[in-house]
Amino acid sequence: MSLTKDEMAAQVARDIPHGAYVNLGIGQPTLVADHLPEGSGVVLHTENGMLNMGPAAHGDDVDPDLTNAGKIPVLELPGSSYFHHADSFAMMRGGHLDVCVLGAFQVSATGDLANWHTGAPDAIPAVGGAMDLAIGAKSVFVMMTLFAKDGTPKLVPQCTYPLTGVGCVDRVYTDVATFDLGPDGAVVRAVHGISYDELADRLEVPLTRA
Amino acid sequence: MTAICATTAEAVAGIEDGSTVLIGGFGMAGMPVPLIDALIAQGATDLTVVSNNAGNGDTGLAALLAKGRVRKMVCSFPRQSDSWVFDGLYRAGEIELEVVPQGNLAERMRAAGAGIGAFYCPTAVGTPLAEGKETREFDGRTYVLELPIRGDVALIGAHRADRMGNLVYRKTARNFGPVMATAAATTVVQVAEIVETGALDPEAVVTPSIYVDRVVQV
Repeated sequence: MSLTKDEMAAQVARDIPHGAYVNLGIGQPTLVADHLPEGSGVVLHTENGMLNMGPAAHGDDVDPDLTNAGKIPVLELPGSSYFHHADSFAMMRGGHLDVCVLGAFQVSATGDLANWHTGAPDAIPAVGGAMDLAIGAKSVFVMMTLFAKDGTPKLVPQCTYPLTGVGCVDRVYTDVATFDLGPDGAVVRAVHGISYDELADRLEVPLTRA
Repeated sequence: MTAICATTAEAVAGIEDGSTVLIGGFGMAGMPVPLIDALIAQGATDLTVVSNNAGNGDTGLAALLAKGRVRKMVCSFPRQSDSWVFDGLYRAGEIELEVVPQGNLAERMRAAGAGIGAFYCPTAVGTPLAEGKETREFDGRTYVLELPIRGDVALIGAHRADRMGNLVYRKTARNFGPVMATAAATTVVQVAEIVETGALDPEAVVTPSIYVDRVVQV
């Protein structure tokens, strides 16, 4: 069976080291927070200026001055801290963040990332913090479905969408397989509901087995 | 010397047509809506606005855009579910857009405020947002040359000011405020409360008064 979004998030959560400083991108990566085990010691960073971010706030706990990067109201945790934007991005670029988890339109076998712009002529480009995160975090994980709705692979020899970063993705978690990426290409760490041979057949990138 | 203004109109007085205006906020958190409303009433036009987003809903920055006062937006993330005012202007070709990675937006303003002439940054190397920019290699890594962003005016929101203009913020509403305060010729701040000088813990002051020109309580 291929993995659900929650199962993918659980796989990512399992691989985050104890006590890591982690940024979870907007959308699917946010789910990872729900799967961090009790006592993981993981400290979540949100680029709008907070460390040790808590879960989403509801009802009377909603405070318009306290949101995550997706502008969703969140809670403080004991040990939270606030800082301005230049400091927040210095934490990324300066190599202080251990892991970031991002969504993607396409990833190349050597770790190029495309996740900010489809390049469509009528699309309004919007990058946010994606480019800073992609080159800043010590480990960059991507969470995505491996195939687009029309069946086209999203792990590709060369990205056709505009790039977010070059050679920056270390690992890709998908619904049917998990890959480690590097200068030498894609290494399959695990398959889910698909055989290695079928995977190799459907992708245009050379694969090696872990 | 920081001026304590009686009204938001007084706080935004003198902003000229063609100015570059830095507007704080991340979405609506920290967005100085009363100052923007006062700027709309004041009438300055042909503005370049630097802000993380390009307006949410129909208030604040979105209202300024809707009035046709903005020639160019410099921001990291214009497109959102509630950015219909900007989207309409952009698709009609009625506004210019410069998309800047969020960290570069902050750091370029920090550089302006700190007297840095330019800096090399690894963000955006090999992407369309670095096209045409000078690159240089240090220690085996490629960096892009980025230039400061200076404002004629900054409009920001803080939580409390003392009468000297020292500021503290509240939670993630802090976002771009402290950086923008340093990067503009005139920094205008709205606060929820003005307290007596000495009432803020000096250890807790986030933006020292030297960066603040006008304060108004809203």
